[in-house]
Amino acid sequence: METSNITRRRITEYLLEGKRFDSRKLLEYRNIEIESPVSNKAEGSAFVRIGKTEVAAGVKLGVSEPYTDSEDLGTLVTTVELSPLASERFELGPPKIEAIELARVVDRGIRESGFIDFNKLCIKSGEKVWTVFVDIYPLNDDGNLIDASSLAAVAALQNAVMPKYNEKTERVEFGKWTSKKLPLTEHMPLTLTLHKISRSIILDPCREEEDAQETRVSFAISPKGKDCMINAMQKGNESALTQDEISKMIDTAVEEWKKIYPAIAEKIKKVTAR
Amino acid sequence: MIKMAYTKRFDGRAFDELRKMKVKIGVVPRADGSALFSFGDTIAIAAVYGPRPLHPQHMQNPEKGVLRVNYDMLPFSVTERKKPGPNRRSSEISKVIEWALSPAVRIDEFPNTVVDIFIQVLQANASTRCAAINAAAIALAHAGVPMNELVGAVSIGKIDKSIVADLIKEEEDYEDGEGATDMPMAFTSRSNKLCLLQLDGKISGEELKEAIKAGEKACKKVYAEQKKALKMVKE
Repeated sequence: METSNITRRRITEYLLEGKRFDSRKLLEYRNIEIESPVSNKAEGSAFVRIGKTEVAAGVKLGVSEPYTDSEDLGTLVTTVELSPLASERFELGPPKIEAIELARVVDRGIRESGFIDFNKLCIKSGEKVWTVFVDIYPLNDDGNLIDASSLAAVAALQNAVMPKYNEKTERVEFGKWTSKKLPLTEHMPLTLTLHKISRSIILDPCREEEDAQETRVSFAISPKGKDCMINAMQKGNESALTQDEISKMIDTAVEEWKKIYPAIAEKIKKVTAR
Repeated sequence: MIKMAYTKRFDGRAFDELRKMKVKIGVVPRADGSALFSFGDTIAIAAVYGPRPLHPQHMQNPEKGVLRVNYDMLPFSVTERKKPGPNRRSSEISKVIEWALSPAVRIDEFPNTVVDIFIQVLQANASTRCAAINAAAIALAHAGVPMNELVGAVSIGKIDKSIVADLIKEEEDYEDGEGATDMPMAFTSRSNKLCLLQLDGKISGEELKEAIKAGEKACKKVYAEQKKALKMVKE
């Protein structure tokens, strides 16, 4: 159901006093759980739960022709389907803008961080390269699907192994795997989305909080040596931001990333190990 | 081999220099308002229809008017033919343009109506969404849609270590040194607020803040062009 105006107002008032309905701090995430695999038929897969928000992501590999401007690089295709299974707000049918934007924001975070080593996904330059398909399925929507989907995608990639490729028939032998992992780098991205509600900035909104939001800014950040780099960003929604507000949001995103990243990265690696 | 740092731009512009801007108003006489905007050889046209009744009716908002943007590129606007019709990229760009223009437009006084903006990129050499926003803002003003202010957009880039304004394709594809970071952004003309921000690449928080400051400056130059063109309209 749509969140009522009275609930939105109450959320806004509460936040101004530094309070949230579930007694979390403004920049505090709900409990994050990661499981792997979802399906033993996938090259890699993972479940992510952030509070009651639940997302499954899977990686399958295919062989395709490279793009003409990058003849020896593998390719990435990211899709999100907002199935009516996950929320009464979603409908069957071709993807709407919400699903398209979500998939593209997740895609950019992974692509731009350099997490996938596309150089190593070339089979025959100019003719055949591996395509990494990342399919993301929210299973329960209780807000913050951007962060949850990105996390599930990254965990599924971390879990992925290369399927067998038959050099003679030039075909993939699906269902048979090699011992080789999908080539990844140390730049594993983590996406944090800051939501602005009146004068408050919060992380990890639940559904009602997200409905009260005026604007959101997503940051995909990955490690760079001892520091970090911002790889992708997206400002969503109608309300505009002052220079001060955006500067503060950038600082907050980087600070919070530094706090939570090491534990989450370690958890992903542990859970997805084969 | 020592790679050269990016100290001189491919087309010889200064780092904060935009390509030559061109504005033409009323390019689609049928529409309620229209404009062409170009950054060098990136050309976009926008046509505005409305406020008019929104159909289907169930999409109407009885509290305020709705802004609806449709951005697309001509199949022959790019090197490799773009398949006609909407795709995921154009859907997303349409949406972020809608968000960017919303703060400036006062259609809350027109319940159950829609203001439609149709944008076509005629020729592309990077920064097409920025040219699209600039054309759309002028077209909205030309259509007489009530507005608080205008919106100007520019793509800011970090090419290797340098912050540059208004990227061209070669800069977007730059791979040496620290590579290219592309940051399309838009600011409202009077309240000076950031209403579009996207980013892809590799950049630190401090550099990003610097880039946003450069963006605000660059958008002022766009606004000056937009205002100049609108003042010349006699109707």
